[in-house]
Amino acid sequence: MLAFVLAGTLPLHRHYRLNVLRQPLRLFLAIVPAAALFVAWDLVATAAGQWHFDPAQTLAARWWGLPLEEYAFFVVIPLAGILTFEAVKVVISRRARS
Amino acid sequence: MSSYTAAAAIAVLLAVLGDLVVLRTALVRSRVWWSAYGIVVAFQLITNGWLTGRGIVRYSGDAILGSGRITFLGDGRVAYAPVEDLAFGFALVLLSCAAWVWVGERLGPGRVRKS
Repeated sequence: MLAFVLAGTLPLHRHYRLNVLRQPLRLFLAIVPAAALFVAWDLVATAAGQWHFDPAQTLAARWWGLPLEEYAFFVVIPLAGILTFEAVKVVISRRARS
Repeated sequence: MSSYTAAAAIAVLLAVLGDLVVLRTALVRSRVWWSAYGIVVAFQLITNGWLTGRGIVRYSGDAILGSGRITFLGDGRVAYAPVEDLAFGFALVLLSCAAWVWVGERLGPGRVRKS
């Protein structure tokens, strides 16, 4: 699923000549604080039994009860959102110019 | 009210407040954000439907509006996922994009392309 999301959004970078990936510091500062909040929420909700992850369909490795993919989720989804946002910005400004 | 339901509603509220009041990025007043979110939510229904429909992530019936039974539509679910997930996704992506814009403004125009 994470690979599918990246396969769908990373090509936007080249297609729309975005420079998102050339700004690693900006990406880090944008993604990490928001991701930390959501990981904290996830840890609490998982510990409280609000949701759980099927052991048969996730990696065996767990950090504080969450499968490793779950941490990757909070990097991949914001990145995909930012790429989509920047691509839409390009499309809208191109249309405004034409 | 169920716990995830309440948390998801609060998350949306905090993300919107973060965008409008704390970071002052005002994405929720822009066409770019809503166009981008329209695309994101469509893909969320597909990808989250995969995660929830296959039971990779399972929810306690006590935490959500629905009963916890996995169904495509109804019983508090849309495309297999609890409706709360839509609020969760909205808050996560809005906050990430607002932070992206906010950090970009602060790193200086020399480092950020204006578009």
